[in-house]
Amino acid sequence: MKRFVDLYTTIDQTTKTNRKVAALAAYFSAASDADKLWTIALFSGRRPRRAITTTKLREWAAERAGIPLWLFEESYPIVGDLAETIALVLPAPTATQDDSLSDWITRLRALDNASEEDRKIAVLDAWNRMVATERLVFNKLLTGGFRVGISRKLMTRALAQATDKDEAELAHRLMGDWTPDSITYQALIEAPDNSAGLSRPYPFCLAHALEGDPDALGPPGDWCAEWKWDGIRGQLIRRGGDHFVWSRGEDLMTDRFTEFSRLCDFLPDGVVIDGEVLAWDMNADAPQPFNALQKRLGRKTVPKKLLKDAPALLMAYDLLEEDHADLRDMPFAERRKRLETLLTGLPSDAPVRLAPLLPFDDWTKLAEIRIDARDMRAEGLMLKRADSPYHVGRKKGDWWKWKLDPLTIDAVMIYAQQGHGRRANLFTDFTFAVRDGDDLVPFTKAYSGLTDAEFRKITAWVRKNTLQRFGPVRQVTPEHVFEIAFEGIAASTRHKSGVALRFPRMARWRHDKPVSEANTLDDLKAMLAQYG
Amino acid sequence: MVLKFTPAGIYCPAGDFYIDPWRPVDRALITHGHADHARPGHARYLCTDIVAPVIRHRLGELELETITYGEKTEIGSASVSFHPAGHTPGSAQIRVEVAGEVWVVSGDYKVTPDALSTPFEPVRCHAFISECTFGLPVFTWPDEAQIRDEINHWWAANAADGRTSLLGAYSFGKAQRVLSLLDADIGPILTHGAVENTNIVMRNQGITLPDTLQVTPDLNSKDHPGALVLAPPSALGSTWARRFGSPATGFASGWMRLRGVRRRRAADRGFVLSDHADWPGLNSAIAETGAEKIFVTHGYTDIFARWLNEQGYQAKVIPTEFTGEPLDEGDTT
Repeated sequence: MKRFVDLYTTIDQTTKTNRKVAALAAYFSAASDADKLWTIALFSGRRPRRAITTTKLREWAAERAGIPLWLFEESYPIVGDLAETIALVLPAPTATQDDSLSDWITRLRALDNASEEDRKIAVLDAWNRMVATERLVFNKLLTGGFRVGISRKLMTRALAQATDKDEAELAHRLMGDWTPDSITYQALIEAPDNSAGLSRPYPFCLAHALEGDPDALGPPGDWCAEWKWDGIRGQLIRRGGDHFVWSRGEDLMTDRFTEFSRLCDFLPDGVVIDGEVLAWDMNADAPQPFNALQKRLGRKTVPKKLLKDAPALLMAYDLLEEDHADLRDMPFAERRKRLETLLTGLPSDAPVRLAPLLPFDDWTKLAEIRIDARDMRAEGLMLKRADSPYHVGRKKGDWWKWKLDPLTIDAVMIYAQQGHGRRANLFTDFTFAVRDGDDLVPFTKAYSGLTDAEFRKITAWVRKNTLQRFGPVRQVTPEHVFEIAFEGIAASTRHKSGVALRFPRMARWRHDKPVSEANTLDDLKAMLAQYG
Repeated sequence: MVLKFTPAGIYCPAGDFYIDPWRPVDRALITHGHADHARPGHARYLCTDIVAPVIRHRLGELELETITYGEKTEIGSASVSFHPAGHTPGSAQIRVEVAGEVWVVSGDYKVTPDALSTPFEPVRCHAFISECTFGLPVFTWPDEAQIRDEINHWWAANAADGRTSLLGAYSFGKAQRVLSLLDADIGPILTHGAVENTNIVMRNQGITLPDTLQVTPDLNSKDHPGALVLAPPSALGSTWARRFGSPATGFASGWMRLRGVRRRRAADRGFVLSDHADWPGLNSAIAETGAEKIFVTHGYTDIFARWLNEQGYQAKVIPTEFTGEPLDEGDTT
């Protein structure tokens, strides 16, 4: 594991992307195939099954460190990372180890069938043979979540450098539901024919946010506009007589959205459609708010009532494959035409629809259309260059999201809590309230939007203005007003205020506003009535 | 009570004086020169002879008396003495005895020795008023020798790469401790003005530091290849730092024990170097006082007090305006 730990350390000790990629490329050139395969798996979010619960890991670490469990639990949120907390509290090792990454993973997986006592012995022994960084990496393998400042994109770039292969081709090869058990490094990366992945999706093409006016994009005639739907980006794959639905996060969602199985009756084989999975309001013939869809995401098997209340539909906007041929290099306009033909003549109740194009002659007209996005329960507009290919990942220039300006409300900060990870020991998590007569009614939390300097300033203020403590939460003097920006508002029975916000964040610290000028619960209710 | 906790600070009724008060008072006994302990505006000051030059430098002309380590002085009906705290040069724990009862105020302290400060000495007492900046079991410090090697290896590797090394360290105390660890054969050592000001004060009082060159507006970094630049943490990523091109950045602080904090600082390297006691240090120091009553003043106070109570002490949290080891110079004000 030494080579992998060295890689981790090098990546961790630089903030420069080029250095990270170089270190990773050097690793891919030198490591064994088994280690390379696992490294690719780990950096693309495929982790070994969790053999040991984190509850047990905490107990064993506290016991080994000679501290009570409560003290471990108090330390954890301050460190902000469980694997790191364990690595830090353990006493110094008394032995060493010299095994490879894949050796350790194999050993960990053997623990699946071991008794709890044997697991404990194995883990304590491993900890005792590792220095701090080795322990951290090992604990990350145990707990999952291997986020160490290397995105999948950077990993793919490094792999391309090390193997002399095309980065986009590698990105495609790495998609889908392979695991290190189901494939070898040779088959995954090196083998010329990689037809194994029947269910394999294409890497998603992503858009950049458009800041300012679209005038800079050039002639309007070069562009196509669609609503930016507020659902889950998904790819529908029809291959081998079967169908698969993937989320952008590469979750296979086929079983969660059973309605799409009907599409096998309508769509030919060898087709891949890119679109937005939405919960559809059949009566209004419009999307339901995002939280209706969210209810379905939480379920592995969907109860009948939910299927009826929140039926899913794919709003199709791109065609990536037809007749088993990859269309991604074709211009968007051509792909779109084929998509239209493909979807023509489908029954009106089929769970797929063609996302309408929004005709516009000039940017002013499009700006007017955008204002109506909220009425369409959309987040704004998508702009796609008519002659653009379907890119791998987020490339600037051809796809833009032109979101609506957020809704805003001025609210009073009433509770504060310390952050995790890179925000440990700063107060960054706040609860906000609106006024209701003399009362303050909490209605949202927000964690982001301030600069580090502002977080430091508010942290110093919180320390001096704490009224009461509830565990890690501090009630503070209601004194500071913040402008809270959010994307949507919905009625909620779970919140005292009766509303739930979508993507709330702090837009501005309103130093100029006293609490008496913050918005009221009535203001909030009026927003719910208008936009909810 | 030998000492009372008042809104102005820690107060001794028998001697009518305060220790490290945060509001202006008539008579202030000062443990050490950091801004959260030595504040302006008091009528009279008492501190160790070693700390005095830094306090005069920071706060200007003062009515200031000095005292040496271990020397006893009577103030009112209190007997007072200062004892090494091992935190920064001249830093002291203050022992106060009234009618046979002994209380000790730790100020900030570190139990492991370094090249600049007089080593920490445990003082027996009935009640101990302790900081606990790093009062969590995740804070254990590596040996200073290990950190010294890490810093010098980092510097040498950067120098070999043709890059300047920019190291952030709190300008009073921490920066000089880093200086004491540097291998001056690797390359030139440049300093930010805030660091150099303290260097000058310490050199004038006879503390030996390696040669340094202050960064001035007309300094050209190309004339000093392979240099290590020592600056306050706030200078990292500032316009001031741009003159060094794209330097390798490091940060020396006990907080660097936490990966998340280091990443927030956007420094390439964190060096775990603190002038405060770590978890084992706090626990051993408290045990060696023999005190039954422990008052914790700043740091992870709630958690540490609960731990101490479980260990059989009578521990209480005292709200103060001390800040411990700041991540930025600005954090103390």
